[in-house]
Amino acid sequence: MPLRSDIKKVLVIGSGPIVIGQAAEFDYAGTQACRALKQEGLEVVLINSNPATIMTDKAMADKIYIEPLTLDTVKRVIELEKPDSVLSTLGGQTGLTLSMQLAEEGFLAEHNVKLLGADPETIHKAEDRQAFKDTMEKIGEPCIPSKVVEDLESAVEFAAEISYPVIVRPAFTLGGTGGGIANDEAELRDIATNGLRLSPIHQILVEKCISGWKEIEFEVIRDSKNNAITVCSMENFDPVGVHTGDSIVIAPAVTLTDREFQMLRSAALNIVRELKVEGGCNCQFALHPTSFEYAVIEVNPRVSRSSALASKATGYPIAKVASKIAIGYTLDEIVNQVTGNTYACFEPTIDYVVVKFPKWAFDKFVYAKRTLGTQMKATGEVMAIGTSFEQAMLKAVRSIELGLDTLNMKKLESVPTEELLHMLETVEDERCFQLYEALKRGISVQELHDRTMVDNWFLDKLLNLVNLEKWLADGTLTKEKYNIAKQYGYLDSTIERLSGQTCPLRKRAVFKMVDTCAGEFKANTPYFYSTFDEENEAKEFIENRNSDKKKVIVFGSGPIRIGQGIEFDYCSVHCVWTLKEMGYEAIICNNNPETVSTDFDTGDRLYFDPLTREDVESIIETEQPYGVVVQFGGQTAIKLTRHLADLGVNILGTSADDIDAAEDRERFDELLEKCGIPRPAGHTVMTSEEAVKAANELGYPVLLRPSYVLGGQNMIIAHSESDVVEYMEIITRTMIENPVLIDKYMMGTEVEVDAICDGTDYLIPGIMEHIERAGVHSGDSISVYPAQTLSKEICDTIVEYTRRLATELHVIGLVNIQYVVYNNQVYVIEVNPRSSRTVPYISKVTGIPMVDIATKLTLGMTLKELGYESGLHPAGKYVAVKVPVFSFAKLQDVDTMLGPEMKSTGECLGIAETFEDALLKGLVAAGYELDRTGGVLVSVRDTDKQELIAIAEKFAAMGFELYGTDGTASVLNKNMVATNMVHKISESDEPNVMTLLESGKVNYMISTSANGRLPARDSVKMRRKAIERSICSLTAIDTALALANVLKSQRTMKDVELIDITKI
Amino acid sequence: MSLFNLSEKAYLLLANGRVFEGRSFGAKGTVIGEVVFTTGVTAYQETLTDPSNFGQLVAQTFPLIGNYGVNDEDDESNSTYLNGYIVREWCNSPSNFRSEGNINDFLIRKNVVGIHGIDTRALTRIIRDNGVMNGMITTEDVYANKEKFLAEINAFSIKNAVKTVTVPGVFTYEPEQADLTVVLVDFGYKRNIRRMLLSRGCRVIVVPATTTAEEIRSLNPDGILLSNGPGDPAENADIIANIREMTKLDIPMFGICLGHLMLALAHGASCEKLKHGHRGANQPVLSLAHGTTYVTSQNHSYTLVNDSLDPSVMTVTHVNANDKTCEGVRYLTCDAHSVQFHPESHRGPLDDTNPFDAFIIRMQTYKEER
Repeated sequence: MPLRSDIKKVLVIGSGPIVIGQAAEFDYAGTQACRALKQEGLEVVLINSNPATIMTDKAMADKIYIEPLTLDTVKRVIELEKPDSVLSTLGGQTGLTLSMQLAEEGFLAEHNVKLLGADPETIHKAEDRQAFKDTMEKIGEPCIPSKVVEDLESAVEFAAEISYPVIVRPAFTLGGTGGGIANDEAELRDIATNGLRLSPIHQILVEKCISGWKEIEFEVIRDSKNNAITVCSMENFDPVGVHTGDSIVIAPAVTLTDREFQMLRSAALNIVRELKVEGGCNCQFALHPTSFEYAVIEVNPRVSRSSALASKATGYPIAKVASKIAIGYTLDEIVNQVTGNTYACFEPTIDYVVVKFPKWAFDKFVYAKRTLGTQMKATGEVMAIGTSFEQAMLKAVRSIELGLDTLNMKKLESVPTEELLHMLETVEDERCFQLYEALKRGISVQELHDRTMVDNWFLDKLLNLVNLEKWLADGTLTKEKYNIAKQYGYLDSTIERLSGQTCPLRKRAVFKMVDTCAGEFKANTPYFYSTFDEENEAKEFIENRNSDKKKVIVFGSGPIRIGQGIEFDYCSVHCVWTLKEMGYEAIICNNNPETVSTDFDTGDRLYFDPLTREDVESIIETEQPYGVVVQFGGQTAIKLTRHLADLGVNILGTSADDIDAAEDRERFDELLEKCGIPRPAGHTVMTSEEAVKAANELGYPVLLRPSYVLGGQNMIIAHSESDVVEYMEIITRTMIENPVLIDKYMMGTEVEVDAICDGTDYLIPGIMEHIERAGVHSGDSISVYPAQTLSKEICDTIVEYTRRLATELHVIGLVNIQYVVYNNQVYVIEVNPRSSRTVPYISKVTGIPMVDIATKLTLGMTLKELGYESGLHPAGKYVAVKVPVFSFAKLQDVDTMLGPEMKSTGECLGIAETFEDALLKGLVAAGYELDRTGGVLVSVRDTDKQELIAIAEKFAAMGFELYGTDGTASVLNKNMVATNMVHKISESDEPNVMTLLESGKVNYMISTSANGRLPARDSVKMRRKAIERSICSLTAIDTALALANVLKSQRTMKDVELIDITKI
Repeated sequence: MSLFNLSEKAYLLLANGRVFEGRSFGAKGTVIGEVVFTTGVTAYQETLTDPSNFGQLVAQTFPLIGNYGVNDEDDESNSTYLNGYIVREWCNSPSNFRSEGNINDFLIRKNVVGIHGIDTRALTRIIRDNGVMNGMITTEDVYANKEKFLAEINAFSIKNAVKTVTVPGVFTYEPEQADLTVVLVDFGYKRNIRRMLLSRGCRVIVVPATTTAEEIRSLNPDGILLSNGPGDPAENADIIANIREMTKLDIPMFGICLGHLMLALAHGASCEKLKHGHRGANQPVLSLAHGTTYVTSQNHSYTLVNDSLDPSVMTVTHVNANDKTCEGVRYLTCDAHSVQFHPESHRGPLDDTNPFDAFIIRMQTYKEER
């Protein structure tokens, strides 16, 4: 059936801020959906609270609402825009849940809106545990023995019946939030209580634990005519028990015979047909390792992270095809864009292997519990394509940016074997490195399999690498050895290090095409990966294309992690679009399967490979570009600059030397001196003793961070000598070579500026002011545009300093500068001669296409030519407030207190005519419930106590009941703010802090402490408890004040106008 | 070093002169055949034992072969019929609970000459762009003997295919409870065709390819299944004439792959060789009656010429969704239908087993009416 004639205007619901379990893949899916719908001439209305996305770009939809993704707001958008349909399956769980609520309430029927993608019946059958079980039973697909319960005692009873261990899965939560494996009744009581609370319908599933079975996934796509195909099969390295988002995954499945494979494939089709999914669907199976017994684990009747992976792994654009199916097309009508002469009903087959490797935030959260289980913890992932598993695995390890180029992890080398084997008993993020270390020590594959249930196939492949490395180290590095090492994925530099010899020759990689059909049909996909063979298909492609356009390579930003998120993908993609518009051939190199940048039709060519020096060199050699762009791909791309410049590659934009001047502490100090710009006093130290000495000299508090940082990695504010010592111990343990910077910490107003410069003129689209004072990482601060409290003089100074820095650093393109205003003085904290986190949102609210302009400047145009005046761009009609979003519920033992180390995973935007309304929107979008009555628990450090009084007064005046720990409570009581005293955790008297938090009486908690981080500290425990109980937890005094003001204003979302940002 | 399967050097020489250097795999020796590629990711063992691959040097496009080893249950025939086997990498530590050994030993046991360590994608692209061509796998020095080898390669053609692979005599297989009797005319049948029939309550009498219509009638079957098999269908003029006689028996008939082609040839249609054939587990076939597209398993070099299909004799029931070649036919002049793809699967999907069920229904009707 062709396009349905009753569809003219479609509302697309996005997935909101990036959180663990729902990341950039939905920007990719949403963007594809919007484009597919627009291609069909449909009017597209979009709602998504996440401003860092491509999908919220003006070109993507006809009407765009960057508004909170709440039921009420979506209803208002529907009333306002009157779409005839809603697309439910491309906005992750958020979009699906909202769509389902709208349908179930009858709102959609009432407004004559059709639900596209999946009907409520489908969603119900797939997502409601009991309904799912019944459906599977009906079609004879086996499920794991399980029972849906709504109270704790039933859970315990059922567990006793099926025997422990059991898995708890709460209904309707993201990425399995609140689930876990219970080995006995005590653990079950703990996990089940939490799960019941977190489930919006207070329902959990208790099921028989089948950990150790193989975990196999199929991505299926089905249309209204019941045509269905499987796009890709995937096998998890980690057996059942580890969330697939946290597992290393290989595509296609490799350890299954055709019989097992077809059995599961048929089951997947069977399920999708019974559920009547129209679009993409993910089916997860557990397969018994020594029989044909299997069980359906889970079905997601929507586009998911796995479908993004499957799309990139095969070249089959699942989201696009799913969108077309949603509006009426069938698979046999949709042409396979890759080959141009086959149809979407053709099942992809591949002639390479793909490895997905998760990226976790444990390098940042050193105290977080690293155990992996049913709750996803990874913030992002990389994908690698190779002609062997070993090659793909090594590429993945290089891409994940852990500083590794092999599976050898230095810190494991000193672990005694017994302890190493003990480590393997719990699954942690570093398991594959632990296994590797064990193999190196001669522990047998079989023993490791018995301990971990990781399939022998994977272990044997790792053993191949162990043996290859031994072989390299043994005797002369012959050409044969070198060639084999290259084919298995080693870099020249690695081969030289392992062998201790110079390479006898230097082979550059050639490139093969990803074409969905294993070469059976001639394809024109400009999508390549490197191998060490003879034929270079990329080169052939370039020659055939015979374009006289200049070629520019844009380096992407790699995996999504805290501190380097989706915003850099936004920037990379925009750069590519502008390059194309300017008549260049734009080439993308990146390794993140979740993103728009790795969609093969974003640029003129896509290279899916690691972003290391050597990997990149091969691409340069094949492409012979006119120039490269590094400033849009975050630190990942910037890191390549020096090396590329040394190779003689033309760096478009700010030069390598100037980038270095901003990053090298000494050179940066010289620069500031030359510009006459002050910065907080500081020193560079190498040892703990030096650090303590410097800190004493500067006076506490001091800010400590490693030089050459990324996203405030491992930054702390030290209030005492013991903090300094603790920090130095951790930092010298993990990274040794770089010195540590120690600065006087000034608790002033933090201000941020993104400027665009052409070497002479500079344009500042806006000045952003942070609600939280310096000391909270800029990425975790609520950021306000335009600045609300700065005087004209201060603003002028900031503009002037920006001019000086931009000019002196010869910035061509973007620069991000962070200032602190302290005692009416402006100090500079940091200069990043590259794009930043704030670029997408400032572009959207000011209407200045920052990346587009910056790209044009890197190509030699000037701001004047583009029609922009030098200086600060006048502020517009709207105030925009960016509010960070955290994923603390998913990361156990992480202290939630905001500090100089970034902790947020995503962000939301609130836009309104006044600051108060914008903040209200931002907070609502970020998930703050803004209860108007209830209790507030306060417990703050001494330095915050005075400021707390005014905030507490506000809460008291609104009728909130106040509770405080002794020190805080007594200060408040002395100042006439009536506060109930609560006991500390360590005190046995009740109510203590924990029992109070459990009681449900507390709606807000304001908690700051001089010390944090260590999970054993009372303050950390208290904050963790608040997160577990989903209590709004404010850990910076400034955030608390802002929130109190919003509550005091009495305004609600109903009072605030919704804004279509395409009209700005 | 055994780790990287660094065995003796081996070469693949193509008829166009192109040489691929790799290493010996399976049995050693020199073999010539028609080089084809298959895109199936799994089911290498089924491919190796599929009689339809007679005379071919089969290349796997998936680079990692042998991952799950080999076992006794997954053979599709008693032997291997292909002339040689080409992979990028074979797995010497396979992992699967049914695995009884690695693929290299299997090939040695079955005396199949193979080569590994070559860029199979490069090879696939050559075959795709130039069409199937002959080639040679050898451990001898191809450079020194190139002229001589090329002459041998060019002289090669697949001959006498069906008669070589067919059974020497009649074999009967009983299901648990026999409701129907099927004569399976063996042109190189895959075991799963037999399994499909047995599981549907059919007694299966496998007969040699040259069995006459009269001999078949004497077996008193409820249906005749013309199996898949290797080679150029037109080569089998005697068999085709036989089939023409069979259609006059009024017994329900069902053709698969080569059986499908020869049944059509018996009805005056003609066939042609595809540029590089359809081999894999992912071919989309549109069922015209249902309007649904099925993903099918395929393994053929030849196809019916669409223009040669007389609409007064036969109705096309299935077409390939990609290249629109004929994938299934129903006859108006006799009680027969046939499909080009492999509904019995093994390698590949079981999405459309309807042709078997349709056959069963027609046989039941026939039996009742008889």
